[in-house]
Amino acid sequence: MAESTDLVTLTIDGVEVSVPKGTTIIEAAKQVGVVIPHYCYHPGLPVAGVCRMCLVHVEGTPKLQIACATPVAHGQVVEPYREDAVNARKGVLEFLLINHPLDCPICDQAGECELQDYVFHEGQARTRYTPDYAKRFNPVEDFGGDVLYVPNRCILCTRCVRFMEHVADDPILNVSERGDRAFIGVHADRNLDHPWSGNVIDLCPVGSLISKDFLHKARAWELDKAPSICTGCSQGCNVVLETRQGTVVRKRPRSNLDVNQFFLCDHGRLAYRWMNRGDRIEAPLVRHDGELIATDWDHALHDVAGLLGGSGGEVVVLASPGASNEALFLAREVAGDGFRGVFRVERVGDDVPLDGVPNLALRAERAPNVKGAETLGYGERGDLGADLSAASVVLVLGDALDGLDPTALDRVPHVVFIGTVLPEVGRVASAVLPTTNVAEEDGSFVNRDGRVQLYLQAKSGPGMARPAWWALGELLRELGRGDSPMSAADVFASMASTVEAFGGLSYRTLGTRGAPLGSGSTAAATA
Amino acid sequence: MGYPHTPHEKETVVLSKYFGDAEARSYDGWVQRGGYEALKKALGMSPAEVIDLVKESGLRGRGGAGFPTGFKWSFMPKEKSKPHYLCCNADESEPGTFKDREIMRWTPHALIEGCAIAQHAIQAEVTYIYIRGEFTEPLRIMQAALDDAYKAGVLGANAMGSGKQLDMYIHRGAGAYICGEETALMNSIEGRRGNPRIRPPFPAQKGVFGMPTTVNNVETLTAVPHILVQGTDWHKGLSLSNPKSAGTKLFSVCGNVARPGNYEVTMGFPLRDVIYEMAGLPEGRTLKAVQPGGSSVPIINREEAEACLLDYEGCVEQHTMLGSGGMIVYDDTADMVYQIMRLARFYAHESCAQCTQCREGTAWTVRILERILRGEGKMKDLDLLLDLGEQMTGKTICVLSDSCAAPVASGIERFRGEFEAYITGAREPSLAPA
Repeated sequence: MAESTDLVTLTIDGVEVSVPKGTTIIEAAKQVGVVIPHYCYHPGLPVAGVCRMCLVHVEGTPKLQIACATPVAHGQVVEPYREDAVNARKGVLEFLLINHPLDCPICDQAGECELQDYVFHEGQARTRYTPDYAKRFNPVEDFGGDVLYVPNRCILCTRCVRFMEHVADDPILNVSERGDRAFIGVHADRNLDHPWSGNVIDLCPVGSLISKDFLHKARAWELDKAPSICTGCSQGCNVVLETRQGTVVRKRPRSNLDVNQFFLCDHGRLAYRWMNRGDRIEAPLVRHDGELIATDWDHALHDVAGLLGGSGGEVVVLASPGASNEALFLAREVAGDGFRGVFRVERVGDDVPLDGVPNLALRAERAPNVKGAETLGYGERGDLGADLSAASVVLVLGDALDGLDPTALDRVPHVVFIGTVLPEVGRVASAVLPTTNVAEEDGSFVNRDGRVQLYLQAKSGPGMARPAWWALGELLRELGRGDSPMSAADVFASMASTVEAFGGLSYRTLGTRGAPLGSGSTAAATA
Repeated sequence: MGYPHTPHEKETVVLSKYFGDAEARSYDGWVQRGGYEALKKALGMSPAEVIDLVKESGLRGRGGAGFPTGFKWSFMPKEKSKPHYLCCNADESEPGTFKDREIMRWTPHALIEGCAIAQHAIQAEVTYIYIRGEFTEPLRIMQAALDDAYKAGVLGANAMGSGKQLDMYIHRGAGAYICGEETALMNSIEGRRGNPRIRPPFPAQKGVFGMPTTVNNVETLTAVPHILVQGTDWHKGLSLSNPKSAGTKLFSVCGNVARPGNYEVTMGFPLRDVIYEMAGLPEGRTLKAVQPGGSSVPIINREEAEACLLDYEGCVEQHTMLGSGGMIVYDDTADMVYQIMRLARFYAHESCAQCTQCREGTAWTVRILERILRGEGKMKDLDLLLDLGEQMTGKTICVLSDSCAAPVASGIERFRGEFEAYITGAREPSLAPA
């Protein structure tokens, strides 16, 4: 590494590390995989330095220092696990526990609780808080929004207060009272109704601020987690979908400093139930004697290929801007020469920003892949009349029919519906191909800033539903225009070789953080 | 003891010279007594010259920490790129301390003059005098004096005809002890909750409203004009023991004494003379213990007290601190366990609740002391108290937690027998069962 005056070299727990000047010890420690226990510190919030958990020994200083607020210095020797530092943290844990109820068996945070974790790690086995004193008691309070406050579990780290004050810029929460009577108070004339307030639940290191939506739904250790992308708007916030026995039970932000930092709006957070809906199309349907009847994939694909092959006229793809790039790309391939792709976007009010984070908002544009659709040659329409009247076959991809006039498709000779739930207006379809939703497949979206991001499968789809890319890939094969793709990554690879903006990108390079459109080719050019 | 009263012959009255003299309160009365000569002199000097003079004088902070005042001033940026502020800490809330109250009651212009000189030295546009909320009388007197100082042209756009702008405002506290901690005081002035801030940044870099700020105690600032007028040699000469401690110091003597009140003595004066000769023990009593510097400092026993010389170093030598000079005296009738519990209760009540050790530790300490007083204590509780004290010392943002631990630990160390008497049942419980 080139010597730079802006780099500071220090030793943490015996490991040498070089970090930019101004870095705090706690962040520098992360670089070398050293965990310094902490509660009030959070990289997305201003430093408070109040929990005193991250006390470490810094050579040459008489007192222990808090790693969250102490900047690195050249030649500094930090010993987070020296006896005096460990003892100090042991003390903090003991102090925190004297007023903390031992109700882990009924606490939603159990299993993902930082108090549990560090007490296991460094705490003492027995309490000296005897005889059995009554612990501080305050009743559970409904803070509003999705947030419930259980004050007895609160360790007063003030992460929630700082989030509301400095990140949401709406100081609804405060520390009320003093000494060991203190608790988190809510503004006298307000409740926690800020559209981003649900983040305080994730920020809370213990089970004090909990989600009403998730209340007593599952134990943390029963959950399977998959990285995904929020479909609530075009921001493309990175999320984790958490499932229990094949049902999505919670959706939480996944950190990505380039997109949503650590946060997720309440709209996005609570919009996951549709992923579990039960009225799904579970088998391919074809029209037989005027009725839609269930069949198998082979028959359905054969029929649809016949429709497309024999249409002679124009194939119009009416796509949802919530469909994956992979599905949109293959639908375009299926439509072939003279492809015409259209989509509609739902827009609701104005953007709802999170003030403390640049370029982060719940966007008025309520679809995750508008930019992807545009990049792949789809055009937005306000009115579909002209497109539909010219079509001999309309390929409906995803939830693209919502809000359409019930008779909108009546004059189209053939409608092929590829989606998850068949709406009334779609019942005129000649064939219906059941697909998986965002939680049930791998895929990618392009967010409003042109960032390509992957989402991975969190649960299995119902019945015979398959990813749309699979159905469309099989159609291409049936039409004699290609081989069956093996995976979403496969489809992405062929898209990357066809569409310049995706050039050089792959599932490998996108990883869990994504990359901007066009960055693959630039990298390739400079390599 | 009320005023006026004749000072004890061993006192060195400098700051308290006009205590009891109601005429000294008015602008004219103050000028007749030589007031504002020091300010006139200071305004004719450069800020750096004033700072050097105060450095040279050896004046140290009278609020408790004893930091050299001139040095503190010199931390302020020399090149001004932002507004500078001076905060006068008049939030005197330390149990046992009542010296600043008397300075403001009797010599408000002395404080204003001291503030104005310091303000000039650190190139501050504005001084905030942060007065404890309960100090209604000092507040009224200070406000009247401030108004008069403006009227007389001492303050304002052209302070004493110097062409300099000096503004001063009084900010009234709302009653929290912690607001006497300098960073909490700044938060309070800004309208925030009075929570101490983490350092760095230090106030001289980023203080009130994020601007370079110096915070000085009332007594410190009031001493400054005398240094300007009488010179650094005079001030350095006011030292009976260690030359690092110079000047006079007001001691607010209270507790088991016959004549409680403020006594002003030269640095290095023997503590025993303050207790035995000035304040006097009640008839027939003997001395048991003393906290020379207010409720936060370690308790010392009779032997230590009799050997103690009242300056920063002398107190440390006897295992305590000079603190703010709030001398709490305990005679042989004092129940040390109960007294210590009362002190701990105060700190538990006043903890700002930020740091874990303080928020939980102060309250836990009280519970243990209370159960000992109820006759429900165990021997191991004493070790527990000492251990908690260890955990509460040197690990938090400010020293409130340390202040709770100091009297407890020092008390157990010296009066363990009294604690054990409650635990063994040799002494009747003094608190009713919970």
